[in-house]
Amino acid sequence: MTTLDFRPRVLVTKIGLDGHDRGSRIVAAACRDAGMEVIYTPPWQSIAAVVKLALEEDVDVVGISSLATDHLIVPKLMRALREAGLGHIVVVVGGIVPDNEEAMLLESGVREVFHPGSTMDEITTRIRAYAGEARRAGQNSPLAQETQP
Amino acid sequence: MNKRLESPLTAAHAASDAKARWQREYGETIGADRKVTNVSGIAIQPLYGSDDWANYGQSDPLGYPGQPDYTRGIYATMHRGRTWTQRQLIGLGTPDDYNTRLLEIMARGATAVSLIPCNSVYRGYDMSSVEPELLGTCGVVVNNAEHMARCLEGVDVGEISCAMNDPSPFTLLAFMLVTAERRGIDWNKITGTSNQSDYISHFVANHMFYRLSLPGARRVLMDHITWCNEHVPRWNPMSVVGQHMQQAGATPAEAMAFTLATAVQNAEDCIARGMDPDHFLPRFTFFFDISMGFFEEVAKFRAGRRIWARLARERLGAKDPRSWRFKFHGQTSGVDLTRQQPLNNIARVTAQAMAGIFGGLQSLHTDSYDEVFSTPSEAGARIAVATQNILREEAHLTDVIDPLGGSFYVESLTDEMEERIVSIMKTIDDAGGMYKAVESGLVQRMIGASAMRFQQRVESGEQVIVGVNAYRADDDAATRPAVARPDAAAMQRHLDAFAAWKAERSPSSVNAALDGLTHAAEDEQRNVFGAVVDAARAGLTNEEICTRLRRDLGFGQPLAFV
Repeated sequence: MTTLDFRPRVLVTKIGLDGHDRGSRIVAAACRDAGMEVIYTPPWQSIAAVVKLALEEDVDVVGISSLATDHLIVPKLMRALREAGLGHIVVVVGGIVPDNEEAMLLESGVREVFHPGSTMDEITTRIRAYAGEARRAGQNSPLAQETQP
Repeated sequence: MNKRLESPLTAAHAASDAKARWQREYGETIGADRKVTNVSGIAIQPLYGSDDWANYGQSDPLGYPGQPDYTRGIYATMHRGRTWTQRQLIGLGTPDDYNTRLLEIMARGATAVSLIPCNSVYRGYDMSSVEPELLGTCGVVVNNAEHMARCLEGVDVGEISCAMNDPSPFTLLAFMLVTAERRGIDWNKITGTSNQSDYISHFVANHMFYRLSLPGARRVLMDHITWCNEHVPRWNPMSVVGQHMQQAGATPAEAMAFTLATAVQNAEDCIARGMDPDHFLPRFTFFFDISMGFFEEVAKFRAGRRIWARLARERLGAKDPRSWRFKFHGQTSGVDLTRQQPLNNIARVTAQAMAGIFGGLQSLHTDSYDEVFSTPSEAGARIAVATQNILREEAHLTDVIDPLGGSFYVESLTDEMEERIVSIMKTIDDAGGMYKAVESGLVQRMIGASAMRFQQRVESGEQVIVGVNAYRADDDAATRPAVARPDAAAMQRHLDAFAAWKAERSPSSVNAALDGLTHAAEDEQRNVFGAVVDAARAGLTNEEICTRLRRDLGFGQPLAFV
């Protein structure tokens, strides 16, 4: 696989209870415009639904948008992804995350938290790099090897 | 030296070539002039004069406050007579927490109640059905009439205006009416607003609803308006919301146009039911965002006010002046607040509040500077209330009615915003009205495109945001507050008490109340909101009511696209 034909697959979604989607729509559009394959959902996905979609769509990166405290359940998502054998997928969070709650997210395995003021260029550059990492890690993951002929 | 100025004051500009000379000097001095366009897309000139104001030179170019078309305000006395209502939106934690905070802000000057429920309530769930980490983090956890009674303990709901941030099916109002009834308070005395009764804005923009289908939500709203007009006559059952759409990215002109189009849709739905516009329109109110573009916001409100007066009279056929008055609540803009250098948000909120006040609002919520991190801290909420007190009493903003009226810029911009708003409304009309325009996703696409354009304005530097794309500080982490979440032990007690309360109810009375909802939903002649009030009285919870109505009136999903 060359860099040229690498097309990151990114799931942009919201979990929990909040429905404000200005941020997720803009980030999803920026990723699409940067040449990525974007899977986009309505808000309020359950953790189980995100895991299922990530598996079925074979995504490299999951981007969780959070305005109104839904980041507090992201550690549960991280656990569920690992339990499903999807530990290679890189998860990033964007939105309102207070400083004193960021460590909890990073410790749970979230790769990066994008705060308000991040530019679309910063976000898409990072997501592209993470997607490359995830794709390489995924090819070595037990799940990928099981499905090899 | 002669210290007396003897020449007449008008002499300097009396020369006939004054304007041409200014234009020449301006052009020579400024060199390449930058192009300035406001968020709504209107080109902004460097100077406005009498040529730019269409009505200039008429003997009364603006009319008078309290008189149609109300450009200068809907009441003769405006803020000089009765200041705006200080309505601070609060909600957090348990009903005990809410009550403590409410009594505190009222002691500090807030003159009305506004209750914002936990996101679980918006979404139609009881606390036992959601991830416990999320409970009470964005609003108060109110699931039944008992919880509402505790929230409002010590507040005379017959005297104080109460706004409920209460999307369809309006369970919070139902809980409040049951609370009033149990206290022996006459419903005829109750005043306030169903702040989030506009199902269209929820479907389009913030999606804080419980996924009732669009036709179902339309029916419930009509029933709500009819029922409140009859049983709680001083209650405002219809708040048409532009705030959600502007926060989601609509330009100020779009937000005003979509809101007016929504009001027309709802009013025409009421008329189609056989209601007299002069019976329900006096109880219509509006709820808007006030963003950072100071003059654009002032012009938005002045233009919206006079468009509404014409719509109410000419299109909706209202004859009573009370139907023509554009009563609105304004909230300063959360999306404009920055995480960087957060104390700067106090200045932003102040500028936004001033735009709303000069725009002639009836009620105001000022955001706390720390709303960019979480629901407001107590200290943040205190500053937000003080900001209003300072503007009113120290800065004397209430002394003169419509103080910006007659400014060439403000009048010209009001005219241009009016034109822009009317043209966007035409697009909506051509699409078959607001209901059809949101069903097809037209409005959602327009909002998405505008949100993207604004993001590009920021990223290109055309729109400066202090601390974000200009004037950055190297490290401002020390200025960001640590956020506290509701006390987990207190929330657990609230959960346990709720479970115990539910277990004590008689299953047969619960089932009878659920059947009552179904009977109302199945029979167009019955009133669904009346059945919601009966259900609240009989002890049904928010989730029980929402789930049953969603079953009977249909499930709805917002349109999601990039």
